Amino acid sequence: MKDTPLSNCERDFLLKAIEEKKRLDGRQTYDYRKIKITFGSDYGCCFVDLGKTRVMAQVSCELVAPKENRPNEGIMFFNIELSPMASPAFEQSRQSELSVKLNRQLERCLRNSKCIDTESLCVVSGEKVWQIRVDVHMLNHDGNLMDAASIAAITALCHFRRPDVAIQGEEVTVYSPEERDTIPLSIYHMPISVSFSFFQQGTYLLVDPCELEERVMDGLLMIAMNKHREICSIQSSGGIMLLKEQVMRCSKIASVKVSEITELISKALQNDKKARKAGGKCGYAESMPQERITALKMDETPVEMTDVSERANDVVQKAKAPPQMVPSPVVPVPGVGQVGQGLKNSWGLEEEDEEQEEEEDSSGVEQAKRATKMEEEHHVKEESRAAVVEISDSEEEEVVILHPETPDKTPKNTRPVSHQKRAEKSKKKQKK
Amino acid sequence: MFSSLKEKVGQVLLPGDEFLFEAENTISLTGHVKAEKVVCGPGLRRSGDRVLVCKSGVLRHKQPNMFWVDSQQRRYVPTKGESVIGIVTVKSGDVFKVDFGGSEQASLSYLAFEGATKRNRPNVQVGDLVFAQFLIANKDMEPELVCIDSSGRANGMGVLGGGGLLFRVSLGLVRRLLAPHSEVRSDLEKLFPCELVVGMNGRLWVRSSSIQQTLIIANLLQSCDTMTAPQRQELFRRVKQGAL
Repeated sequence: MKDTPLSNCERDFLLKAIEEKKRLDGRQTYDYRKIKITFGSDYGCCFVDLGKTRVMAQVSCELVAPKENRPNEGIMFFNIELSPMASPAFEQSRQSELSVKLNRQLERCLRNSKCIDTESLCVVSGEKVWQIRVDVHMLNHDGNLMDAASIAAITALCHFRRPDVAIQGEEVTVYSPEERDTIPLSIYHMPISVSFSFFQQGTYLLVDPCELEERVMDGLLMIAMNKHREICSIQSSGGIMLLKEQVMRCSKIASVKVSEITELISKALQNDKKARKAGGKCGYAESMPQERITALKMDETPVEMTDVSERANDVVQKAKAPPQMVPSPVVPVPGVGQVGQGLKNSWGLEEEDEEQEEEEDSSGVEQAKRATKMEEEHHVKEESRAAVVEISDSEEEEVVILHPETPDKTPKNTRPVSHQKRAEKSKKKQKK
Repeated sequence: MFSSLKEKVGQVLLPGDEFLFEAENTISLTGHVKAEKVVCGPGLRRSGDRVLVCKSGVLRHKQPNMFWVDSQQRRYVPTKGESVIGIVTVKSGDVFKVDFGGSEQASLSYLAFEGATKRNRPNVQVGDLVFAQFLIANKDMEPELVCIDSSGRANGMGVLGGGGLLFRVSLGLVRRLLAPHSEVRSDLEKLFPCELVVGMNGRLWVRSSSIQQTLIIANLLQSCDTMTAPQRQELFRRVKQGAL
């Protein structure tokens, strides 16, 4: 599916706003959007929210044969997945220009900067090494995917733990996490990418562009840096000419941003470690249910129930005589739920007069029961497929129909039912 | 008969919920049987003797037997007569192609503007915004937009002038804004004087005296989506105090 086109109105407004040093979401020029780092329930799974942009990184490992020219180094593999879930413009299973660009940038940022000790991933030199695979999935696209992806990837790598291995002669044993504690990767430093977008041929500069800003911008500069202020990679795209001072200024801003983000990551990792140690809920289960719709929540209205017995009497009086008496319990048609077993019933009346009532006028009561049935049919219908079909001769069992609602539903409906059941029981006692 | 539906009015339903309407066991032969019809609006679908819910949201009811689900969806499905804000994407010969956020682009004839003739063509560029209404909106056909009403008047439709900001909100908020006595609108009116064009496709266009104010209104409306009335009024009050 094609992306929504950009209108002239949006472009003009955005450029005018940038001239006035204003941004669409009320940020300042050098502000990042809110960064939120959460972890999945497993090790090596990390979610990063950068404003509305949302990215998931998952790290996994595998024992493979090493590359021939590097027999005692582990292998790092990066994969960026742009799913159509993130944006309708992304297509499934096709390497777009953007995904190649992001993948390459992430590789340069994390592999070429040698931030991970690949030699420690070697198990048997020349035969078996660990391959660490980082899958980055874009869940929502609102600009600046690169920064979100780099934060997610490095955080997931820091969080990841590989299983322990032991070598005895020729034999390599991989221990499960239950047998031996898992081992974290050794990470030297944390490179983080910071994006700068340029407008009007480099006159204006914005940090962390959102999607609309990315569409309007003239050029993009991505600087990957660690907290020791070492530049790990730098890439300029969009074909604009930048002055030396501009690049210097960008790298200064980047160093500030990187130190902030690194602090955030280490805090998030610490919190997660604490949560896991305490054995409480951590990761997915804890982080997900916060995004609920609360605006549509409605309070339940209390229902007046003073006139229930009057109304019940009304129904009894208005009821006509039924066409015929039911001499024996009715076998309901399959699929029809029934409260009671088609026997006589009285509801809305006190328990004391039940017995006389029954003897006097069973037919009227029968009708009344039907009326109740009608009233609660809307409950029963929903459940009727699952309802039990009762055979008449087993008198001991009661048909219990579970209401789909919790008992705090309208009391108007529940009261007659309970009466009915009580009546039912008392009747059975009588029979015996 | 439809008591099961009526019972759920005002409650949240989720896709997959279903209502059963089984025929009653005994049908009286003497009595007059009146057929009751129920009108299922968006979010409800009939399947045999069941009514299935296919959108998540709140069930609404209108007398006598009209039911629909009020959802917070953002995907727009064109309906005849609704007015939308579209972006002109292609100018080819005598029709414009307009993106309105649906599954397909709509066509807009150059003659469908007020006062347009073969000689006097309207000035529309690619990327311009048009406020137009659907003349044809069928499931299987390309939708067609026009910028005139049945009497040939513009009636507020046409190309949106320079300036202003386009942004997107949920369709639920759009309906709330367009309701006859909309609370959101009356709250907004107290804030700043502004020009607001509301498209049923979830696009809003705002223009006010300064960029700052336009941005404030856009951000306020976008955040209104998931707010209750007291929350919204509190926010608007704070903005008014802070901004003035």
